[in-house]
Amino acid sequence: MRSRPLLFTSYESEMAILPTWTRRVMFVFLMALVVLIPLQVIPGLSFLGDNDWLRILSEVLIFAVAALGLHILSGLTGQVSLGHAFFMGVGAYTAAVLGGEVGKATIGFGLPMWIWLPAAGIVAALVGALVAPTAVRVRGIYLAIVTVGLVFIGEWMWRNLVDVTGGSQSGRRFPPLDFRLWKEDVPLISFSSDGPWFGIELSGEAKTYFFLLVIVIVFALATKNIQRTRTGRSFMAIRDRDVAAEVMGVPEAKSKAVSFAVSSFYAGIGGALLGAFVSRLIPESFNLLLSVEFLAILLVGGLGTVTGTLLGSIFVVTLPRLVQDFSSLLAETADSGSGIMSSIANVFVSTGPDDLGLISTAAGNSPGLNVSQFNLVLYGILLIVFLVFEPLGLYGIWIRIRNYWKGWPFTY
Amino acid sequence: MELILAQEVPTAIEKFANATYSGLALGAIYALLALGLVIIYKATQILNFAHGALAALGAYFAAYFAVTLNFPGRYVSGLPQTLQWVLSALAAVLAAAAVGWLIERIAIRPMIGEPLFAVVLITIALDIIIRTITDDLIGNNPRPLGTPWGSEVVELGPGSIAKAEIATIVVAIACLIGMAWFFRTRIGVAMRATAFDQEAAMAQGISAGQIFSLAWMIGAGLAAIAGIFSSVFPRSVGVSAATAFFAFRALPAVVIGGLDSITGAVAGGFIIGLAEVYAGAYLDFSFLGTGFAGIMPYIVMLAVLLVRPYGLFGTEEVRRV
Repeated sequence: MRSRPLLFTSYESEMAILPTWTRRVMFVFLMALVVLIPLQVIPGLSFLGDNDWLRILSEVLIFAVAALGLHILSGLTGQVSLGHAFFMGVGAYTAAVLGGEVGKATIGFGLPMWIWLPAAGIVAALVGALVAPTAVRVRGIYLAIVTVGLVFIGEWMWRNLVDVTGGSQSGRRFPPLDFRLWKEDVPLISFSSDGPWFGIELSGEAKTYFFLLVIVIVFALATKNIQRTRTGRSFMAIRDRDVAAEVMGVPEAKSKAVSFAVSSFYAGIGGALLGAFVSRLIPESFNLLLSVEFLAILLVGGLGTVTGTLLGSIFVVTLPRLVQDFSSLLAETADSGSGIMSSIANVFVSTGPDDLGLISTAAGNSPGLNVSQFNLVLYGILLIVFLVFEPLGLYGIWIRIRNYWKGWPFTY
Repeated sequence: MELILAQEVPTAIEKFANATYSGLALGAIYALLALGLVIIYKATQILNFAHGALAALGAYFAAYFAVTLNFPGRYVSGLPQTLQWVLSALAAVLAAAAVGWLIERIAIRPMIGEPLFAVVLITIALDIIIRTITDDLIGNNPRPLGTPWGSEVVELGPGSIAKAEIATIVVAIACLIGMAWFFRTRIGVAMRATAFDQEAAMAQGISAGQIFSLAWMIGAGLAAIAGIFSSVFPRSVGVSAATAFFAFRALPAVVIGGLDSITGAVAGGFIIGLAEVYAGAYLDFSFLGTGFAGIMPYIVMLAVLLVRPYGLFGTEEVRRV
């Protein structure tokens, strides 16, 4: 009886971030897992610790930060926004201007990270607050279209602000991830170069991963806590029934505007981290497809939960890599030339102009989609499959498993 | 020398007339796209973000039938060139409508009545799939559609207009009249009834499912027509990856008119088209940079929404507790 998922004996226990023992144990277990990944000590999972995979995992973490922002706006407040990429752009270019190198073709002030990272979030939040009065006037599908407009207007702006963004040709460099007190030459802590930390030899990729991990944990906890405050509850009230919320005295326009600003803050931080992580971006990177990716993360993970958002980030960001590995595996099997597996793989792989197949591995004009196109198509198909068959996403699958065991050995 | 110079620099009235013609032609394309979007939205309450992809696919079909396959010409010889092309284009529109039907059956039907979030994302997913496949089919270079008009231009009043643009406007107006007529037929009335109240319509013996399919077929067909005319001279040399993105600018047209108003869609389309072309012709200040005309539709949309949150002709949503 003590740890039934829906049994709470006090308000504190219901509001706790980790209300049950199962969750506490799982949380500790997962934390240990994510910390140990770069050290390559877990048997079977040590491949995740090589630099290639660490870069992908770091990208997962960056996307998770921005996705948590969209979770606040769309998951909690129920406002479907396709403008997340725009706010990421605002954050990224704020960071680039404040932290970028001095004396280059693009503007840069060379300030340290403890200035440019928060500033990226704050400027994005201010822009979000500026847009909010227009955005709260429209609802539903109209808001989705207005935010699409925002992305396109943003793209035009970035393309033409050549001094800030470097233009479409070459883009610009973003400040690296390192900690300086002020503008000294050698950073106090560098998150991107190899070297020992507390006596353990770590690669630059591992350090970046740890740094981003800390940021994600901070932001995930912050999101959890926002959900438990008066403001967070007002968001959810508006999502569930906006008129009813207003009748109960929740200021609708104000809450939506706050939600917009907070969400943009996360997006700004995410954009700044993305810029710093990739180190060079062209203005077109902040396009509609990026916004769509965040909607996909929320939806695949499960709308309205922090855990779901994190799961969705893992799924959506690692998917391209998995598809790539899968198609090269197919190509290898097809090339090996004998056996039934090879014949099956050969059906799917196209190696030349005369070979019909779904995935083309040869360069040039052969039938079939190339790997990146196949990736996009698979991404779209997976989205549709999720929407049609599992609208609650990965989190919904977990709920179903949990409910099964909750009533075990009975099926209801 | 001076004479040539005088010819090269158009007078103010010529410039205005040319801009108006090309604005009307562009507006006609947007109106077709917007009309399709509104018909789909009214029938199924789904805003089709895959409309641009369908337009590009339709234009690709046209290029494939008219140029690669030489579709009617290889079976029947001696047809006039214009008729041949029109037949290819019609085949392309039908093929696009078939794709629309397929999409509705596979992806849309299970999503009727689902929350907005899911519905937005499913059409975006469709857009990604169709656009990627179309890009792959098109290949690296734009595919010309082989129109019978080529790049011919005729003098009209004070300015000049491309023959293809005249065709665009004529076809668009024909489609608009056709749709107006369609809504008076038995099936059209059934569609209006379904859009008005699904359950009441079903109680009258109307199959809502068939109406959904039909709406998607009409929408996809109209998108294909718009796609075909947006990938010929003078807008483009052929169908390319840009054709799909172009159609995103029809979204403001729908919003300006109001999502559920057919009159609004047409008006919005022409407003957007004219605004975009006029912005390109007259707003050539250096501080606006390049590509300002392309975002003009969105700016007009924001301005309209600030004044009227449900568009010019849209019905205001009644909010009930």
